[in-house]
Amino acid sequence: MRFSGWRVLKEGLTGNKGWQAHWRDATPKSEYDVVIIGGGGHGLATAYYLAKKHGITNVAVLEKGYLGGGNVGRNTTIVRANYFLPGNSEFYSHSLKLWEGLEEDLNYNVMHSQRGQIVLFHSDGQRDAMARRGNAMINQGDDAELLDRRALRRMVPYLDYDNARFPIHGGVLQRRAGTARHDAVAWGYARGASERGVDLIQNCEVTGIDIEGGVVKGVQTTRGAIRARKVAMVAAGRSSQVAAMAGMRLPIESHVLQAFVTEGLKPVIDHVISFGMGHFYISQSDKGGLVFGGDLDMYASYAARGSLPLVEHVMEAGMALMPMIGKARVLRSWGGIMDMSPDGSPVIDRTHVDGLYLNCGWCYGGFKAVPASGDVTAHLIATGTPHAAGARFRLDRFRTGRGLMDEEGTGSQHNLH
Amino acid sequence: MRIEGKGLVERRTPIGFTFDGARYQGFEGDTLASALLANGVRMVGRSFKYHRPRGVMTAGSEEPNALVTVGFGAAQEPNLRATTVELREGLWARSQNRWPSLGFDLLAVNDLAAPFLGAGFYYKTFMWPRRFWERVYEPLIRRAAGLGALSGAPDEDRYERAFAHCDLLVIGAGPTGIMAALSAAKAGADVILADEDTLPGGRLLAETIEIDGVPGAIWAKEMAAELAAMPNVRVMTRTAITGAYDQGTYGALETRPHAVARRPGAACGTFWRIVARRSVLAAGALERPIAFANNDRPGVMMAGAVRAYVNRWGVTPGQSVVVFGNNDSAHRTAADLDEAGVHVAALVDSRHYATCDLDVPFYSGTQVCDTQGRRALESVTLCSAKGEERLRADCLAVSGGWNPSVHLACHMNARPVWNADLLAFLPPRDALPGMVAAGAAAGDFSTHACLRGGAQAGQEAARALGFKVGAPAVPMAEDAPYDIFPLWQVPGRGRAWLDFQNDVTVKDVEQAAAENFRSVEHMKRYTTQGMAPDQGKNSNVAALAVLADATGRGIPETGTTTFRPPYVPVPIAAMGAGGSGRGFAPERLATSHAETRQRGAPMIEAGLWHRPSYFPQSGETNWRQSCDREVNMVRRAVGVCDVTTLGKIDVQGPDAGAFLDFVYTNMMSTLAVGRVRYGLMLREDGHVMDDGTCARLGARHYVLTTTTAAAGQVMRHLEFVHQALRPDLDVRLASVTESWAQFAVAGPKSRELVNGLLDKPIEDASFPYMACGTASIGGIGARLFRISFSGEHAYEIAVPARYGAALFSELVARAEAMEGGAYGMEALNVLRIEKGFITHAEIHGRTTAFDIGMQRMISPKKDCIGKAAAARPGLLDEDREQLVALKPVGAVKEILAGAHLFNAGDPATSADDQGYVTSACYSPTLGHVIGLGFLKAGRARIGEKVRMLDHLRGSDTLCEVLDPVQFDKDGGRLRG
Amino acid sequence: MRLPCPICGERDRREFTYSGAAVALERPGAEAGSEAWDDYLHNRDNPAGVTRDLWYHEQGCAAWIVMTRNTATHEVLGAALASEARRAGSTS
Repeated sequence: MRFSGWRVLKEGLTGNKGWQAHWRDATPKSEYDVVIIGGGGHGLATAYYLAKKHGITNVAVLEKGYLGGGNVGRNTTIVRANYFLPGNSEFYSHSLKLWEGLEEDLNYNVMHSQRGQIVLFHSDGQRDAMARRGNAMINQGDDAELLDRRALRRMVPYLDYDNARFPIHGGVLQRRAGTARHDAVAWGYARGASERGVDLIQNCEVTGIDIEGGVVKGVQTTRGAIRARKVAMVAAGRSSQVAAMAGMRLPIESHVLQAFVTEGLKPVIDHVISFGMGHFYISQSDKGGLVFGGDLDMYASYAARGSLPLVEHVMEAGMALMPMIGKARVLRSWGGIMDMSPDGSPVIDRTHVDGLYLNCGWCYGGFKAVPASGDVTAHLIATGTPHAAGARFRLDRFRTGRGLMDEEGTGSQHNLH
Repeated sequence: MRIEGKGLVERRTPIGFTFDGARYQGFEGDTLASALLANGVRMVGRSFKYHRPRGVMTAGSEEPNALVTVGFGAAQEPNLRATTVELREGLWARSQNRWPSLGFDLLAVNDLAAPFLGAGFYYKTFMWPRRFWERVYEPLIRRAAGLGALSGAPDEDRYERAFAHCDLLVIGAGPTGIMAALSAAKAGADVILADEDTLPGGRLLAETIEIDGVPGAIWAKEMAAELAAMPNVRVMTRTAITGAYDQGTYGALETRPHAVARRPGAACGTFWRIVARRSVLAAGALERPIAFANNDRPGVMMAGAVRAYVNRWGVTPGQSVVVFGNNDSAHRTAADLDEAGVHVAALVDSRHYATCDLDVPFYSGTQVCDTQGRRALESVTLCSAKGEERLRADCLAVSGGWNPSVHLACHMNARPVWNADLLAFLPPRDALPGMVAAGAAAGDFSTHACLRGGAQAGQEAARALGFKVGAPAVPMAEDAPYDIFPLWQVPGRGRAWLDFQNDVTVKDVEQAAAENFRSVEHMKRYTTQGMAPDQGKNSNVAALAVLADATGRGIPETGTTTFRPPYVPVPIAAMGAGGSGRGFAPERLATSHAETRQRGAPMIEAGLWHRPSYFPQSGETNWRQSCDREVNMVRRAVGVCDVTTLGKIDVQGPDAGAFLDFVYTNMMSTLAVGRVRYGLMLREDGHVMDDGTCARLGARHYVLTTTTAAAGQVMRHLEFVHQALRPDLDVRLASVTESWAQFAVAGPKSRELVNGLLDKPIEDASFPYMACGTASIGGIGARLFRISFSGEHAYEIAVPARYGAALFSELVARAEAMEGGAYGMEALNVLRIEKGFITHAEIHGRTTAFDIGMQRMISPKKDCIGKAAAARPGLLDEDREQLVALKPVGAVKEILAGAHLFNAGDPATSADDQGYVTSACYSPTLGHVIGLGFLKAGRARIGEKVRMLDHLRGSDTLCEVLDPVQFDKDGGRLRG
Repeated sequence: MRLPCPICGERDRREFTYSGAAVALERPGAEAGSEAWDDYLHNRDNPAGVTRDLWYHEQGCAAWIVMTRNTATHEVLGAALASEARRAGSTS
């Protein structure tokens, strides 16, 4: 079924009785060409691009819970391409381009909103570091503008320009950055993959990976054994556990990242604002809630819930940056499990097992990566060679020290990125 | 309408207030909702999506409909529940989410378009043309959505934060909570009894129930007074427990009454972190609606809320009331209304077996299937096996049963457990370490069961904490059994609301199921069920019952969504109290701060420190003039700079040398006493962590400096290396950054200046470059280091911090007498760039010793932190970006830090990127602009020309690649 | 969250700085080779359950502490001074 305004009109006039399932719930077959472990954004996008770009449709996505139940359904919805190190630069640039055509491609309104993101700076040194970043974004073919304090104040007058502990000197604006409706991204990819014949299997947990003679043969699941020629591990939040089934010990430590939403409010914040000094970022959803977040809680955790010190720090940062939000009421907080890697950048690579692929380590930047991650992972699985936009996301870079992508410059301690 | 003789409001104290421009009167003790109902105001808001007229539905913080904006200007507060707004003189409230007025709202047209605006319609449309999303559709949607509005002005209300500790936290001060607190407190436990309401008592305030023959409200008042008088009890009203966190930590929001909050210096509320060894969840239960067509009209209310308005506030929400339910709560409401003299048009009970001994029209086995009335309820349609019947009524009191408030018990991932007898979810046992649920929160709905459950829970907690407890004395009260028969939705035409706030109807949930959003999480996210300000407190259970039906599953199989903090919405200003303005982070001020400010120096942030940018003199109109003068002053005479902010770490012990050999790349154990050495520290991953000096003051005594930015990180790192890796080494570390005030004295006349102050002057021979030692200034013990970050003959003098201000003044005054003076960060930066000295602009966490040309500083004679990882092949590749200096040779004489480098003629793309500029300045010494940067294979490219390009600032020029050290390469001035 | 310091007793989480898995105590020798160093620096068991990790009582007594914790429930099962754990030569 094709979605359109006409369709909504027609269904409305006929009692909304014609709507069909957005995707088909499949029961596992005994064998697939490709099994994807993980039905989150990255896994679903991988399945979609396998089917769409490579014609590989004998594919199963195995999800232990419900589709899109991981970080794609639990984030602050920011989409941007503002990295500056080789590897990240071309990858996120590619991702943003895919975002820009995603609604048409999926025939699903994921509400990708290019409302612009502003990253603030507070000193000459930070301005220079931002300039390096902004110039790198333009070198990559993306957009960036340096705003001085006056231009910034015209655009976002509600920041605390006069009493701030860390005076606001300006910001880097990326107009093409913005937000998207996170759940819809998962559903859109699920629908697109399902329409093309991919089996989406919920409530199916992988309990083992079958390997014979260094070659992957399939997986064991709570719904029986499934043979597969190729298996992709795309299970952020449980990457270490899944990879351990293949005898791998990953460069990943799992951490909790919290986010927050307020009650609905009339439009008041029109951009995505990032406040590095306070580890704070905020935007306003189309429904009216202020959606914002901060840094990690800073301890290894799989609990998917946070603690008060970080909550309070995020609120303090919000008050420091824009004291007009003081009377907005926090409605809900949540926590996601982040695959933190030693350089803050992800891995999309082959493994020591033939036919077994790894996609992990998205730290807390995985949402905006979904389209490119799916595209690049699908390309790797289908062709056996890395996609140009993701060729640097190698697992061995930590051992060799070649091509590290430490954007924060904080070193190999997982939680500091 | 008020009912004479009923309620707890103070009728001798009338209060005037305004709603939507009209003046009304209420009484002390009223909420805005009770006062509006007393004045016959039925419609108080509009729904989120369809802009349907809505009235007050509940009497508590779960209210979904009556959201109002209070106050104006910076004090404007949106989305307040009229049911919890305490009435006060001059209260100025207005409805929201309507335009132009509550009575006539243009967006009410959405209600007519409802067939096109069902669940998830927006995922299927607004996709064409693509550009229209940001330009047309989204702005329209945003404007239509949202509830109340922020003022846009900085919030001026002040909140506080505080910690509290107790043995037992009792959450909820109804009959259960009071008994729990009493029994534990009598055993000797420290108890906090918290309740979000203004008065203790919970449901007792809303009912006519007696305890030990005393009206419940009076009993609660007496018990609360008894508790408050106990030294080990703190009764906290107006305090909502907002979240349960690890190790018995609870968040709590206390709000002050307006009159108290308005006192000078008072805060309007406190966000508490309560640390409790045990807790009792006595949060009661919330009544739930039943879904039937048009069940959202103003006048349709919860049956328990109607009782609350009658009994607590002496208000009847209607003059002719129909009561409808599937349990005895409906009967209780009918009885209270009847007793209060309010006309009960009908008592409608869906249970076919129900009986009634009240003198009111009674309909068993009957349901309400529709309502009429646009802006207020006018009539109600009943249906039964006998057919339909319409009754005139201006209020419909509904009870679909009670949901125990399990939320807090589920904040740490536990899932509630379905109870098929009660048709409700209950808190699982041991859901939360140390927490016990009791009373209605645990599914005990009779008053006596609550009293007994509370007493037992309090005793259980006290006993577990080691207190001696006696036998419980449980007061007498009604002990009626709870009887309920399932009724979630009444079949029929028309839209039946589940989530009133987000306008989610039964049809939406059914459509979601049909579209395969069958998981409860999918249904929630697709329909937005439960995502409104009440977070589904009123509607979630019914919605998932509907989903269970639609998907042919049972309720327990369907499961619930996740319960997340906060239990009630909390202002950002409360949890972020103190964060605005300068309160966001501590400020560190050097001892020279006052003098520096007096000299008019603009200050800049360096981490948490404030440091002077430059010291302007009369006649100077911009910073460059001051900076150039200060640079020249240092190069030609003498300058003084406060360098206290650099980290200082004292390292002492017999193994100090061995320890330092392990943390620095170079050898420190071989350093002679009285000498200083430059040191480089790596992170264990082989990248540069920090650089600084290491001075040996004695055989077992070193003092290190770190950069200002990395002082904390280095201290943490050194403690780690010592404690976690080398506890065998006998060494002690102490941060002495604040203990010593330290000043750089730099320039050809520096020794002259220093000697003028020292009790025992020094000479070049006895105190050469890189010497250190103790000294005395006016009898004060000082430390003297002959080190330089400017390339000049220079010293750093450290004195105990209490002498810092005096010494700085003296040094600057003497320097000025020698044609020198104070210099700031701008000049310091120029001086170091001229010398090719690095800062964190260069050692930004991604650079190695190899990159900055210091690979040889990694001693081959020993292991050190980072040595193994620094030997990884990727960290030694010849084409890595290496430190160079740059000088513009094109037409544009400009270098900008942050610009990128390209080979001349190459396109400016990422693939061709050759490096970037880290630092840049105009060098008055060299007479031209100079920069430092990293260039691929840079060391082999000295003398080449590269293109410097800055898209952002439109700068494009050719630069010559130079050796990083551009001034006094042989270091003659340092030693001179 | 509350954490036990072996020296100071139970304290609020705000006083501590976290620093990763306790394998950091098992530093390989200088010549251990690239695999051993890769493992030490980067690769982690990362259990969804009981783990041992390092915390620095930065706003307290400056002790580095090995906490035994459950990453799934946040339950704290024990705490020992890193120096003693290191001397004992065991972190497992």
